[in-house]
Amino acid sequence: MRPFTYERATDVAAAARAAGSVQGARFIAGGTNLLDLMKLQIETPTHLIDVNHLGLDRIERTDDGGLRIGALVRNTDLAADKAVRRDYAVLSRALLAGASGQLRNKATTGGNLLQRTRCPYFYDTRMPCNKRKAGSGCGAMQGMSRSLAILGVSDACIAQHPSDMAVAMRLLDAQVDTMSADGVARAIPIADFHLLPGDTPHKETALKAGEIITSVTLPKPIGGTHVYRKVRDRASYAFALVSVAAVFDKDGSARFAFGGIGAKPWRTPTADAAAKQGAKAVAEAALSGARTTHHNDFKKLLVERTLTSLYRQREARA
Amino acid sequence: MKFDTPAGPNPIDRGRVIGIPHDRIDGAAKVTGSAPYAYERHDAAPNAAYGWMVGSAIAKGRIAAMDLRAAEAAPGVLGIVTHANAGKLGKGSMNTAPLLGGPQVDHYEQAVALVIADTFENARDAAKLVRIDYAAADGRFDLAADQARGVNPGKDADTAAGDFDGGFAKAAVKIDQRYTTPDHSHAMMEPHATTAAWNGDKLTLWTSNQMIAWGVGEVAKTLGIPKDNVRLVSPYIGGGFGSKLFVRADAILAALGAKQVGRPVKVAIARHQIPNNTTHRPATIQRIRIGANKDGVIDAIGHEVWSGDLPGGGPETAAQQTRLLYRGPNRMTAHRLVTLDLPEGNAMRAPGEAVGLLALEIAMDELAEACNVDPVELRIRNDVQYDPEAGPQRPFSSRKLVECLRTGADHFGWAKRDPKPGQVRDGRWMVGMGVAAAFRNNLVQKSGARIGVDAKGRIIVETDMTDIGTGSYTIVAQTAAEMLGVTLEQVTVRLGDSRFPVSAGSGGQWGANSATAGVYAAAMALRAKLAEQAGYPADQALFEDGLVKLANKSQTLASLAGRDGLWAEDSMDYGDLDKRYAQATFGAHFCEVGVDIDTAEVRVRRMGGAFAAGRILNPKSARSQVIGAMTMGVGAALMEALDVDTRFGFFVNHDMAEYMVPVHADIPQQDVLFIDELDDKSSPMKAKGVGELGICGAGAAVANAIYNATGLRLRDYPLTIDKLLKAQAA
Repeated sequence: MRPFTYERATDVAAAARAAGSVQGARFIAGGTNLLDLMKLQIETPTHLIDVNHLGLDRIERTDDGGLRIGALVRNTDLAADKAVRRDYAVLSRALLAGASGQLRNKATTGGNLLQRTRCPYFYDTRMPCNKRKAGSGCGAMQGMSRSLAILGVSDACIAQHPSDMAVAMRLLDAQVDTMSADGVARAIPIADFHLLPGDTPHKETALKAGEIITSVTLPKPIGGTHVYRKVRDRASYAFALVSVAAVFDKDGSARFAFGGIGAKPWRTPTADAAAKQGAKAVAEAALSGARTTHHNDFKKLLVERTLTSLYRQREARA
Repeated sequence: MKFDTPAGPNPIDRGRVIGIPHDRIDGAAKVTGSAPYAYERHDAAPNAAYGWMVGSAIAKGRIAAMDLRAAEAAPGVLGIVTHANAGKLGKGSMNTAPLLGGPQVDHYEQAVALVIADTFENARDAAKLVRIDYAAADGRFDLAADQARGVNPGKDADTAAGDFDGGFAKAAVKIDQRYTTPDHSHAMMEPHATTAAWNGDKLTLWTSNQMIAWGVGEVAKTLGIPKDNVRLVSPYIGGGFGSKLFVRADAILAALGAKQVGRPVKVAIARHQIPNNTTHRPATIQRIRIGANKDGVIDAIGHEVWSGDLPGGGPETAAQQTRLLYRGPNRMTAHRLVTLDLPEGNAMRAPGEAVGLLALEIAMDELAEACNVDPVELRIRNDVQYDPEAGPQRPFSSRKLVECLRTGADHFGWAKRDPKPGQVRDGRWMVGMGVAAAFRNNLVQKSGARIGVDAKGRIIVETDMTDIGTGSYTIVAQTAAEMLGVTLEQVTVRLGDSRFPVSAGSGGQWGANSATAGVYAAAMALRAKLAEQAGYPADQALFEDGLVKLANKSQTLASLAGRDGLWAEDSMDYGDLDKRYAQATFGAHFCEVGVDIDTAEVRVRRMGGAFAAGRILNPKSARSQVIGAMTMGVGAALMEALDVDTRFGFFVNHDMAEYMVPVHADIPQQDVLFIDELDDKSSPMKAKGVGELGICGAGAAVANAIYNATGLRLRDYPLTIDKLLKAQAA
């Protein structure tokens, strides 16, 4: 961990301004990912701006019937929120599928969107990794890639996005509300928030220097049956091999988002369009353009099987 | 005291303290944080500086140049140890690669420097500033690719009896399969850690080590100093599983660092460094051939094992149990060792059997199916009451495998199992049951202790025995209490200090039986002294209720001890009973799993086992040992594997996020039964080891249950979703 300076921000605009003016500054909230990365010097901020006291910890109704979730709402609190459990159950279920109770108590809504990949080559600073060190190469592509992404990958990077929460947010068409260093607020559709790696895998989000996430807004409830199914190597406390977030309507239409397989939380309109044709068709549509390695090619079949399982359970309930 | 004839009735048989379930006597200290671990010896070395290990970035080659200037100039840095300034170091006989590498590099993450600073953060930060230019060399990292290069590693590698080839060739039913197990990491809770301090030429190491006397010898040899100048103190150990049998880099680097900076230094190997820096259980390739008649009675059994290690290392002796577990006149076992440049392989909980049974007990399941015999019945049919390689002249000291199988099967409800795979459904789960035998050698080791009574009548036991979370403190106290007729509360136990008599230490599940036998020997000597002091004939004196009694006379221990107390020291040494009798522990594992019909997720639904391991000294801590080991068996079956990058030559998933071990949600109800057994040829305690028995076979029971649930026979561990899906698609 490199030495760094620290300040506790007291209002959002000042926090954004400070972040914009200090080279190498980073916001810190729960710190559940950033601190680990700092210990390994994968992240080497020179200045930390503690945003825990900005008061962004409320969940409130929006005028059009949606839900605004403060960036600092802890994962535990968000998962337990009555409105979330009633109207956005897929989000609650996704959150509870992630991490552990202790981590969810610390981790925040904004921070969760920004968590970084679990690619093991990213984590070992002696290995090549274009995401960690631009231009150093990719250790994973010809190496151990069993857990890594098969969609949205590039020649530079096959890292997976590890979040469960973000998959549900993607499904729900959330928007990410921010304020930039110059005090301007904007709303970024979550589809545009995470970037594909392309030639620049070190650039992971649409955030500009100093821009801070203030809240995540969900559109008004869409009804339907909400499910989140996460398949992993053990029963709890592991990242997804494949996860599927879905909302089924009574008429058989549905929407789907996927975790564990994408360079970012994954969603394709063609998959939703195939909903009435069943699991195989949805999988085929979702996996269009998939690029696999010898180690992770099983994920294609696992996506189909996970969807099959969801359809089967849905039929059993019907 | 020498143990060379079977034990007769003795004071342990009273069973007032021994054999009763007790809470661990060190439990309160542990849960209140007042039991100090090696990295927390502020009491002993309050001014310790902090060392951070730098590990090699290459797997094989040489250090061409080191530039320490930036690190040395970093804030708080007190010194840097490297091969260039450490002086000439010897190499211990128990570690394969030097614990401080350079200029030659033998494996990835081999220690090449220690940066010492005034704070932990400064040391870790400065370590990143050490610049090293490497000249990398090609290495060999792929066991499967190099299997053909395996050589006979010598001593006891191969055994044979009868005519295996002939017997197998004419067998009515044949099994001939290949099985693989991956590299495993111990993943104990406490990392390897040491605080080191020099006083003149005397070195004290507060460390985390399972084998104190071995450690003293290895430290002395490595540093080139007399053994008398080395003291090891290791009273509390947060798990070892074999990774702390030997001195590792933390101890040597801390000692070198403390010498260089002239003050105590402490070093903990960081979690992400542990898998590649320290030892691991080596991967194996195993070929098992079993020839049987149509009733499943074995006529020929052969087990060949390939494993890898650094030059000068040893094999994973995974055919060990096949020499003793089942009958059959025609037999062979063989171990072949492949030289690899991966980190050092070595012992991990039940070396040999743990992975040998993963393979053998699938093979038995395959034989059961081929012969259409129930898998429990098959194992009973192949029971043998003597060492089948040596013949009837070498019987087992005690062997209750059949009782374990029968009792375990009854309790588990084995009779409800449908022998045809893939028949039972419960919602989205395909449900199946599996069985496997448990087998682990019983080893005995010389072990000593000192025991005294103080003026208040309190009993004090001192031995360099270690408690690696197993419960040694408690069984040592129980033994002393039983022998001297006091309650557990009246005994103080001091462990893990090289100033105490040399014990068996903790390893190979020999610790409990051997160390308590050492306490027994010392207690017999103390009883003689106390009886003499009382004026009673030693063989007639009774020790109970804090008194020494003879007929209607009695005297208190306190009065006999006098103001200065009374002490005795002895050790238990062993004759040839373990040569004349095969000694081993036995059990039977039962497991029920569910496998998701779509995703192939596996969930263990219940586990049960029955175990025969001689006298169970403390049924509570013995049960903890067994269920912990069964949990490790589930890990080996379903998820544990160090992934080898064969290009860079290292274990890729080197932290606890990516190296999977079971979490609570993976482990269901575990029922453990101990079968009544006293083994009078093992020791006066009539006990045997139990710390490793529970892992042996547990994973195979899971694998066999998966087969029963699905009809998918997987032979490459761990049995993960990707492999199950592929097998299903095939």
